[in-house]
This record gives sequence, C-alpha cells and structure tokens, in this order.
Amino acid sequence: MQQYFHSVKLDENKCKGCTNCIKRCPTEAIRVRDGRALIIEERCIDCGECIRICPNQAKLAITDSLERLKNYKYTIALPAPSLYAQFEPKTNPEEILGALLTLGFNDIYEVAVGAEAVSMALNNYLQQDHPKPLISSACPAVVRLMQVRFPGLLKHIVSIETPMEISARLAREKAIQQYGLKDEEIGVFFITPCPAKVTAIKQPFGEKSYVNGAISMSTIYGELLHRLNSPDTRPVESLSGACGVGWGKAGGENHAIWCNSHLAVDGIHSVINVLEEIERGRLNDIDYLEAQACTGGCIGGPLVPQNLFVARVRMEKLVKKLSSQKTKPLQLPKDPDYFRLTKPILPRPTLKLSEDIDQAISMLEEVERITEDLPGLDCGSCGSPSCRALAEDIVRGHAETAFCIFKLRERLQLLAQEMVNLSLKQPPAMGRAREVEIKEGDTR
Amino acid sequence: MQFEFNIEGMNFTRAGEAAAKIKKALQLVGMEVETVRKALIVAYEAELNIVIHAYHGKLTAEVNSDRVEIKAEDKGPGIPDINLAMKEGYSTAPPNIREMGFGAGMGLPNIERCSDKLEITSEVNQGTQLLATIYNRTSGEK
Repeated sequence: MQQYFHSVKLDENKCKGCTNCIKRCPTEAIRVRDGRALIIEERCIDCGECIRICPNQAKLAITDSLERLKNYKYTIALPAPSLYAQFEPKTNPEEILGALLTLGFNDIYEVAVGAEAVSMALNNYLQQDHPKPLISSACPAVVRLMQVRFPGLLKHIVSIETPMEISARLAREKAIQQYGLKDEEIGVFFITPCPAKVTAIKQPFGEKSYVNGAISMSTIYGELLHRLNSPDTRPVESLSGACGVGWGKAGGENHAIWCNSHLAVDGIHSVINVLEEIERGRLNDIDYLEAQACTGGCIGGPLVPQNLFVARVRMEKLVKKLSSQKTKPLQLPKDPDYFRLTKPILPRPTLKLSEDIDQAISMLEEVERITEDLPGLDCGSCGSPSCRALAEDIVRGHAETAFCIFKLRERLQLLAQEMVNLSLKQPPAMGRAREVEIKEGDTR
Repeated sequence: MQFEFNIEGMNFTRAGEAAAKIKKALQLVGMEVETVRKALIVAYEAELNIVIHAYHGKLTAEVNSDRVEIKAEDKGPGIPDINLAMKEGYSTAPPNIREMGFGAGMGLPNIERCSDKLEITSEVNQGTQLLATIYNRTSGEK
C-alpha cells in the first residue's frame, strides 16, 4: 500500500498507553504496543475521535503554521463557516474576517460562498438518476470511513467537490483575474475545524487540491480574539448568505438543498449505524444523506475552540439573522462540470487477512477459534480494542495469546499447580513417609 | 468455513446482528465488494424473515473462496404459495410489523435479486428452508 499522509499523529512523550483511544476508534486503527498507542496508518481515517478522547493530549493534528504564508506572494484565507460560531453573537462575520485578514493574509474567501455554489450544483445533480440515497461528499472523514468499511456504498457518494475545494478554486481564479498572478504565486489556506480536511488537502479525492495548507482554528483563536479588540482591525465585507453559513452545522447542508426526503446524521458512530442500514438495502426512500463525522457537524470538530452546544446556538442565531437579510448578488459558476470530482472514489480494503483468499479463509477459522477461547471481556489490556480484534491480531502475527492477562493468569495457575505437584514428589531417601501413606491406604 | 446463528422470532432488537457478523467475516476473507454487498443483503433479509414470520430459526453461512452459501431454516407457519411470496410488495406481515418499517414485501424479491441461485422449500405449519448461493466473481475493474 502506498505511503499515506495522516494529519492525526501521536506525541510519544505524552502517551501513557491508557487504551482509551483504541476503544473509541471507528476503524479499529489503534493498538497499544510497548506502552504507547500505535496508529495503523492504512486504517486511520483522520476523524480525530482519538484526539477528542485522549486524556493526556497525546494525539495531535498536524496543521500548518502562519509561517508558511511567507512562501507565497499572495495569500488567501478560507474560513470554514464554523469559524463564525466561535465568537460571541455581538461579533459579526465582517469583524471576524477583518481580524483574520490582519494575521497576514492578502485576501479572504469565505467557504460559505463556495457552499452556496455547491448547494446549487447539488440541486442540479439530484435531479438526475442515481442510486438512492445519495451520500454527501462534504465530510472527508466519512468518505474515508466508507472507503475502509463500506466500499459497497462508494457509488452512492455524490461526485461533487467539497465547498472547501470549490471556494479555493474560485478564490484562485479571482486572484489570477484581478492581479494577473501566476497559480504558484498564490497560497490558499483553509481555516480548519478538523484534521480530516488537512488530509483531504494533502491527499485530495479529485486530481488535485486547490488548497495549499490548513491552519487549525484553535491555534489562531487566541490571536483572532486579540485582533478583534485592536483598533487597527477594519471590517471586511461578508458575502455569505444563510444557506452557505448553515453548512457549518449538522443539518445545514440538507437545509440548503432541495429534495423530497433527506436525512442528516452526525457523530461517527451514528453515521456507521445509518451506513449499515443503507448497506442492507434499506433507506432507499431517502434521496440524500448528509453524514458528518463530528457530533454537531463542523462546529463540533476536534480543532474548534468553542463548546459545541454554545457554538450551535450562535450558529442558529447567525443563520436566522442572515436569512432575514437581503441576499448579496454572487457571481458563481453554473457549469455542472466545474463541480465534478475528477476521479472516482475507490475502496481501500484494509481489513483482509491475506491476499490469498483460501489462506484468508483458514486464517478466519483460526480467528474464530481463538475468539471463542478468549474471555470476551473486551478489556483492552492486551492493547487491542476487543477480544475479537486481539484474535485477528494474533492470526496476523502482530500479537500473541499471552497479551491477554486472563490467558496469562490461566497459564500461571497451571504452572503454579505444576510446581506444587513437583514439590510433593519426594526423593527415594525420604521414602518412609510414603510407605506410611500406602499402609494407611491398605487398612481402609 | 461455516458460521451458524440462532435467530429468535420477534426479537427485533437483535435483528441484523448475524448479517453484520457475516459481512465482517467476508471482508476479512477479502471477498469482492459486490459479493459482500449481495451476501449481506441476502443474509439480512433472510434473518429478518425469520424474525418477522417464524418462531425461531437458524441462519448458516458457508464461506468458500468462489462462493458464499446462505441457508435459513425456520420453524414457523411456512409459505403456502411461494410464487406469490416472491412477488414484490406481497406481504403477510401484520400491520404492527409494517408500522416498524418492516414487512414491505421486498424480502424475498431482494434475496432473489442478490443471489445467483436460490432454492426455497416450505411446508405449511412446519417451516421454511432457503438456500441462496452468491458467486464470488472478480469485478471487472481489476
């Protein structure tokens, strides 16, 4: 398998090997070995669940620093809609954009605008004939989850670029047109709520990404708050409408598109439940499924500074305010091809036990046999997420039965018994006691 | 290799568990995406049929490198007219089951659509046996 970039990484010095993350990972991609978490690279979907759960802050997301802006002649910030919900209601988007601009960007392009364009493209796409339900392509963690665990459903994903990519492309084209810049002179930076977007930039689902880097929302938050209060910060016109901004929270995407019936599901484990349902051939009465890995949608991302529920109220207020305002005229592309994903999304079969199917079957038999023999407590002490996963790891040659503390105890007990038995055996020179025993036996 | 699951009638909370385990096994074996998809639907529908219609039953999946065979045997009311039961939308499920979103009369047609070979035998007031075969065909793209 090709070398794969991951945004989610481990800080080995902070990791205590506590097994919290292995239990939470939706693709069973983490093991604890030598007292430290180990991420199985090809299974990781960069959803960030482990970042959220880790009590020691040992999981982190690799994002870009503002230093990277220096590598480009002209830089553009792409704020995700979820950014607006991180500030108090009295702070309007214009001020937030103004503060963002003072961090060193030459321009701003709101992802909410791209989301509006994508909403229109989706309405168009939904009118054609497709397998039902169609599944949103917006959350990269969900798309990668499907590549690993639900390859049979990949044909349900809409073949449309994400609002982030469309915004980046529009922003680039605008800069080239306005200032006659060369493509490589422009640096486009996404202000990201999650690590999955970072991975989507380094390893795009389409031919290439129009984004050059991603800056974590939480790392620049303090600076933004500071700049908001600075007298040098001037507001920048915001073009976002209610429909685009709404994409920042769960259900917002569905709100922005028209179809007979849609379903919105958020939180990776709930997403898995719904995808399982679709896989069994159900839910074909639904036209469109919006699925987001984070509870609450992007405002619940692992890299956002604000509490999800607080952010949700703020988001709802902002959307309400924007929908009562007159919409600003936007120049957006209408051509369906502009939005198309340029490559099909292919499966990433990382679960198979062996490349040889007959060998895999006999390995599976072995997995079943070992699972049966394990205690079934799924305690995680062995470093695998469940007894079943340990059995798989043993068969793959990555673990041994003695990793199970219960199996180890059983063996110790046997060994102790053996030692007791041995200790009872007397040397011939001390055979008298034994004679007495035998005599006693005879008189019975 | 073979998997076997006991299925209880009317136990909707556990319905789908057997099918989910079969799917996981097929993925571990490295079956083709389409084979896994079809086998999962067949297993799930067969499992649900037992839950909805029978008193109890057994679901078996026999996994070979070239095919998956799914067998469902139940003790139950049986099917008086198999041809009629195979019709899309025909269902004998009572209203309370339909209200739960099940029993829309798509179970057997779905099983038929997803299997390469299908045998159903049934005896009224005794039970039903179903044997579906899904061949593991290499997909065209590879």
